Amino acid sequence: MIKVEGLTRAYGSFIAVDDISFECRPGTVTGFLGPNGAGKTTTMRVMVGLTPPTRGDVTIGGLHYQDIPNPGRHVGVLLDASAQHAGRSGREVLEIGARTMGLSSQRVDEMLALVSLDARESKRRVRNYSLGMRQRLGIAHALLGEPTVLILDEPANGLDPAGIRWMRGLLKGYADQGGTVLLSSHLLHEVEQIADEMILIGNGKIVARGTRDELLRSATRGETTTLVTALDNHQLAEALSGKGYEVHQAGDGLRVTAEPVDVGRVAAEKQIVLTDLRAGHEGGLEDLFLELTADTQRDILPNEVSA
Amino acid sequence: MTTTASDTLDVSGTPGIPFSRLFRVELRKSADTRAGRWLIGVTIGLCLLAEVIFLIVAATHDDAEASFGDFVAVSAFVSSVLLPVLGIMLVTSEWSQRTAMTTFALEPRRMRIVLAKMLAGMALTLFVIVFALVVGFVCNVLLGAFRPQGSDWTFGFTGFLGFLITQTFAMLGGFALASLLLNTPAAIVVFFAYKWVLPVLLFWGSALMDWFDHLRPWIDFQAAQGELYDLPMTGSQWGHLVVSGIIWLVIPLAIGLWRIRRAEVK
Repeated sequence: MIKVEGLTRAYGSFIAVDDISFECRPGTVTGFLGPNGAGKTTTMRVMVGLTPPTRGDVTIGGLHYQDIPNPGRHVGVLLDASAQHAGRSGREVLEIGARTMGLSSQRVDEMLALVSLDARESKRRVRNYSLGMRQRLGIAHALLGEPTVLILDEPANGLDPAGIRWMRGLLKGYADQGGTVLLSSHLLHEVEQIADEMILIGNGKIVARGTRDELLRSATRGETTTLVTALDNHQLAEALSGKGYEVHQAGDGLRVTAEPVDVGRVAAEKQIVLTDLRAGHEGGLEDLFLELTADTQRDILPNEVSA
Repeated sequence: MTTTASDTLDVSGTPGIPFSRLFRVELRKSADTRAGRWLIGVTIGLCLLAEVIFLIVAATHDDAEASFGDFVAVSAFVSSVLLPVLGIMLVTSEWSQRTAMTTFALEPRRMRIVLAKMLAGMALTLFVIVFALVVGFVCNVLLGAFRPQGSDWTFGFTGFLGFLITQTFAMLGGFALASLLLNTPAAIVVFFAYKWVLPVLLFWGSALMDWFDHLRPWIDFQAAQGELYDLPMTGSQWGHLVVSGIIWLVIPLAIGLWRIRRAEVK
C-alpha cells in the first residue's frame, strides 16, 4: 500500500535517507525503528509531500500523495504532536481538520471520545496540554477522515503505559480491519509487540527487516540461550559448566548457551532449586537493534548489555 | 489469490477539497486563536475609542467640521493600522506554530491554501470597511442629535474608493512580507517599517538629492497610492503606481509564494 522505492534525501553533503526501499501491506502494522536522527521522520515527511525527495519515489496505493484528492480521507498523518497552534483549543484543532475534509462536527465528538479527551480538556488550549494529551489529539486528528492508511511518527512518545497499551489495541484493530499502519519509534519495546513487520534503520540505511521471529533468529545467530536463576547460582553454574555449557553472569541470574529444557534437566539432576527459567532471547532483539544501529548511537554502550 | 485488502487506493468516490471550503476554513483560522481574537478585539476597541473622542470634540466645538465621511475615515484609518497584522499572522502562524505540516498534509496543493488565505485577508479588509461604515453612520446620527445644525451626510466616494484599494494593497503587502519572511515578529516589524518609515526615508532622500527627487515617484509605493484618493489619476500617476507596485508588492509576493511552494515544511 505504501511503496518506497530507492528513496534518498540529501541536505547538502549530509545524506539523511540513503537509497531505501520497502513496502507496507494492507492489514499489517509496520514498525519503523531506529535511533534519533536515523532518517525515520524524513522518510515519513517525504511520504506525505512535506519534503521533496532528492531521488527515488514514494507512492501510497499507487498514487503520489499530492495526487490523492482530499488526502485526509485516505491517509491519516501524525508527524509531530507538538506541531499544533498553542492558542487553539484541542477541539478547534479537530474542528478545522474536519471542516477541511468536509466532515461534520459529530465526527469531532466521536474522535474526542475515542482518544478519551473529555469535554473540559477539549476546550482547553493546546498550550496547556501535556505531551500525552497532544499525542492523543494528534492520533484523533489522524483518524478523523476514516483513512485506510496511517502514518504515525513516534505516536507512543509521551503516552503513559496505559496509553501505550490503548494505542497498541487501537492500531492492531485498525490493521485487522484491513488498514495499513506505519509507525515509527526509537524504542523497541513499543513496537515489537504490535508490529507484524519491523524495519530497522540507522544512518539513513535499512539495516534489517523482517518479522519479530525472523529478526530474533538472526539476532541469536541460531544459538539458543536460556536465562536461569537458582537459589544457589554458584552451584548451578558449576553444574552447567561441568556439562560443557557456556555460562555467564546476567543480572541476578545466569545466561546459559543451552535450551531451557537442558538447563532444567541439569538442575533436577543436581537437585538445585530454580526460581526462574526462560528462553533467553528477549534481550536478543534489543542487542541486535543496538548493534545494527551502533554507528549512529550517540551514547557509548558498555560491552555487555545485561539481559 | 485472496482479495481481502486491495493494494491500491480507491479515490474514485472522493472529490477534491472545493476552494470555497478552504477559504471558509482559513477565515475561521484567523479568529479562532487567542492572538487573533485579541487583535480583532483591540482593533474594534481602538476604533470605538477614536470615534468617541472625535464625537465629543465635534459635539462640543460648534465650528468643528464632521461629516459622515469623516467618521468613516476615523474608523477606517485606525483599523487599517492593525488589520494587515491579521493578514500577516494568517501566513506566519502556520510556520511559527508549525501547523503548516497539518495544513499542507490535508491539502498538498499549497498554492490553493495560500490563495485561500489571501482571499480571507481581503474578506477581513472588506469586513472592517463595512464595520467602519456602520460605526460612522451611528456616530453621525448621534452627532446630529447633539448639534443644532444636525448631521452632515457628505461622503467622499472617490476617497472611499481610494481607501478600499490602498487597504487591499496594505493587506497584500503584509501578506507578501509574511510569505517572504515566514516569521511573525520579523514580518510585523518589517511591515511597519515598509508602510510608515520607508516613505519618510524616501522623502528625505529626495529632499537632499536632486537626482533622487526625480526617481522617487517611481519607487515610492505609498506616495503613489496617495494619488488614489484623488481619482481620476493621470497617465504618469498610473505609471508611478504600477512601477512602484511591482517593486514593493509584486516582486516580494512572487518570491514569497515561490518560497512557500518550495519550502520544506518543518
